[in-house]
Amino acid sequence: MSLLSSLHQFAIEPFQEFSFMRRALVAAFALALGSAPLGVLLTLRRMSLFGEALSHAVLPGVAVGFIFFGLSLPALSVGGFVAGVLVVAIAGWISRHTELKEDASLAAIYVVALALGVILISRHGTQLDLLHILFGNVLGVDSEGLVLIGGVASISVLGIAALYRGLLLESFDPSYMAVGGGRSGGAIYQQVFLMLVVMNLVASFQTLGTLMAVGLMMLPAVSARLWHDTLPAQLCNSVLQAALAGYAGLLISYYASVPSGPVIIVCAGVLYAASLLLAPRGWLPRLLRRPHLQA
Amino acid sequence: MNAAISLENLTVSYRRHPALHHVNGAFERGSLTAIVGPNGAGKSTLLKSMLGLVRCNDGRVITHVQAHRIAYLPQQAEIDRSFPISVLDCVLLGYWQAKGNWGGIDAAMSARARQALAAVGLDGFAGRPLSSLSVGQFQRVLFARILLQDAEVILLDEPFNAIDARTTGDLLRIISAWHAERRTVIAVLHDHDQVRRAFPQTLLLARNVVAWGDTDEVMCEANLQRARAMAEAVDEHADVCEVSEAEVLALSHEHEHEHAHGHAHVHPHTHAAPAKGAAQ
Repeated sequence: MSLLSSLHQFAIEPFQEFSFMRRALVAAFALALGSAPLGVLLTLRRMSLFGEALSHAVLPGVAVGFIFFGLSLPALSVGGFVAGVLVVAIAGWISRHTELKEDASLAAIYVVALALGVILISRHGTQLDLLHILFGNVLGVDSEGLVLIGGVASISVLGIAALYRGLLLESFDPSYMAVGGGRSGGAIYQQVFLMLVVMNLVASFQTLGTLMAVGLMMLPAVSARLWHDTLPAQLCNSVLQAALAGYAGLLISYYASVPSGPVIIVCAGVLYAASLLLAPRGWLPRLLRRPHLQA
Repeated sequence: MNAAISLENLTVSYRRHPALHHVNGAFERGSLTAIVGPNGAGKSTLLKSMLGLVRCNDGRVITHVQAHRIAYLPQQAEIDRSFPISVLDCVLLGYWQAKGNWGGIDAAMSARARQALAAVGLDGFAGRPLSSLSVGQFQRVLFARILLQDAEVILLDEPFNAIDARTTGDLLRIISAWHAERRTVIAVLHDHDQVRRAFPQTLLLARNVVAWGDTDEVMCEANLQRARAMAEAVDEHADVCEVSEAEVLALSHEHEHEHAHGHAHVHPHTHAAPAKGAAQ
């Protein structure tokens, strides 16, 4: 009994005692639910680094929001969302009208956007403000932030569920889709999908920071792909891993007094390492290979 | 002639060098046509331009069927086979044109998908992940998907690559069945014997149309020689092409009177690739 109670004290009481811990946990779970499945779809489209680029690209919008409204969550979020959608649209336009592929044009645009954002912020704010925006603070989520994160997570889950077949086909065989529904048919799914990605990155920069936002999106997604053969299983697995990383990261950062965002990412990284080792497509099953069957 | 797809003076170029050059003619409704030609002759580009996947620089493609009634089998390099999807789900995507994102898939449809799998010799593969298939088996899955599409026009880009002889026979029988159902089938192929055996019509392409019509007439040694003579490398210093659209269209109308089927169309260019290659 005493073991149970000490476990309870260790693992649950911090969240019972402090409301900032509870809010942080809810925020982490909501982000896990929204971002991780999008990350799986990104890896399937071979766009694993796309989230990374986009998370930087939202910075000038965040900076403009910051300059005019200070550290106000709605302003920063709207600014970031607009900047992200703009960068995606410009990169898409360039790739459609030149010979550059979408990743190349995005790589060109996002560094410019990032540089612009850094210039804007350093001209108009202090170093501390910049750090806050870049690295976020999950323990500082207020109820307004929770509503934003929860709303974005809900929209993502509903969006993925509603457009599941189209998103899957657009990732799997876009030329087949283009033949069927005319050229615009596939593009709509792609655009909605990329908007969901931008929304999630913007929501998670508040908690994890722009630099870390992509971690919770991509790391669980990449490890989930090692475990299953089917997409629904990979999606569920990625959400579970992201939520677990969020929970463990918060707990560790609480006891070790280290910033929560990076710890959450490191936890996701540990889960990735474990997946690499233990998952059916991982390393250990290859080592312990079983005898082959009869032909 | 009741055309399914007509091409009017179609030119498609990459960096101003034409991959397809003043292609003119029509695929008759219910026809079974092979597209033959050397590498770089514009065969895949022709299919893609008919689907609107590449932009025409000049001229136009007129499709006389609704866009969603056209099925397309791309060269498989363009699809990621490690995608986490089951064989059955992949085949069921054949209902996308009919059902879209929202439409339900009922038991009868699943049953038809399994029949389609059986028809391409993949009985019992329904539940397996796509990534477990070989290249040839995957190609058969894509054939099964087209079986569900109920398309009026079917475009196949090198459908028998990496497929063994027995399965090629099975798939050729499916193509004949489509032909019997009055569907229009257009296939890019390399095996000349296969073309002579199974395809009544042939379009011999070497950027320009070398010949287009009944397979026996098109696949004569003289024509094949002319197609082979196409210089694969583009001439960096080629002059601007000055053939007018009216000229090309007028030429093809003359041919329409001469030939009952299609257009055996000899291109008038002096600087075009085949002539140049032959001269060298």
